[in-house]
Amino acid sequence: MVPLSFPFHVAELEVGQHLYWQIGNLNLHGQVFISSWVVISALLVLVITGTRKMERDPQGVQNLLEFLWDYLRDLAREQIGEKAYRDWLPFIGTLFLFIFGCNWGGALVPWKLIELPNGELGAPTADINTTVAMALLVSLSYFYAGLSRKGLRYFEYYVEPTPIMLPFKIIEDFTKPLSLSFRLFGNILADELVVGVLAFLVPILVPLPAMFLGLFTSAIQALIFATLAANYIGEAVHEEHH
Amino acid sequence: MSDLTSAASVLAAALAVGLAAIGPGIGQGTAAGSAVEGIARQPEAEGKIRGTLLLSLAFMEALTIYGLVVALVLLFANPFVK
Repeated sequence: MVPLSFPFHVAELEVGQHLYWQIGNLNLHGQVFISSWVVISALLVLVITGTRKMERDPQGVQNLLEFLWDYLRDLAREQIGEKAYRDWLPFIGTLFLFIFGCNWGGALVPWKLIELPNGELGAPTADINTTVAMALLVSLSYFYAGLSRKGLRYFEYYVEPTPIMLPFKIIEDFTKPLSLSFRLFGNILADELVVGVLAFLVPILVPLPAMFLGLFTSAIQALIFATLAANYIGEAVHEEHH
Repeated sequence: MSDLTSAASVLAAALAVGLAAIGPGIGQGTAAGSAVEGIARQPEAEGKIRGTLLLSLAFMEALTIYGLVVALVLLFANPFVK
């Protein structure tokens, strides 16, 4: 990648610069790992403190977690259906919380204070590798969901309602992860770039509205990723009523 | 990088975002208009309509984002630059 950086004092913009960790023949993007570990530990701390001392009348963190659980359960039930949603609620919930944490963590945590030898910390979801990994996980899980629930009858889905749909359904299996990953990656990278460019032009006050818009779209993107993942799984386990 | 490649890449990046914004712009306008109409007709369904609207707006926005990704690839990770 060709780095583009503006060497000014107030703000800096870097694209395609990574902190590389070499493991064997693999080049890992270190900054993604560091920030996603931060996000994962923050989520763990939140969940563990919220479920330590559970009470009948939820208060504080437990209240928040119960609200989240309700919200995610409704989402999964609506998309997957009454019968199968319980198996997939943990997966959908984890996806939503991790993406939401990544997006907001990238925007809210002042990563710039931490100096890296190369590249900079930011939202892990602004790296195509993270989003492709999650999208492929979604693909695997809807295949697994369909095959484990219906066996080989799952492939009837490809020729319903008519066999003419077969090529389109096969292409769909490839476009699903493609669009899932690119949508999330593009949105988050675009948010970071817009804020970066504005901060580079006018370093005070002007980027604020763009930052708020970024927070809003980040939350929506997390919701969309989770909803679509649930929808694909729901499509795979859906039983036709003849 | 040859001058021709960079000029063509910058032009292509601008066209990619600009053209990709037209369709979703029209689509989002139509969707938002219909949502307002729906809310005016049935104000009690506002919550449901808002949720659906936001979800479908994000789908349309994704198309522009694809254009943006192509533009960013052309600008920052151009495969034709040796």
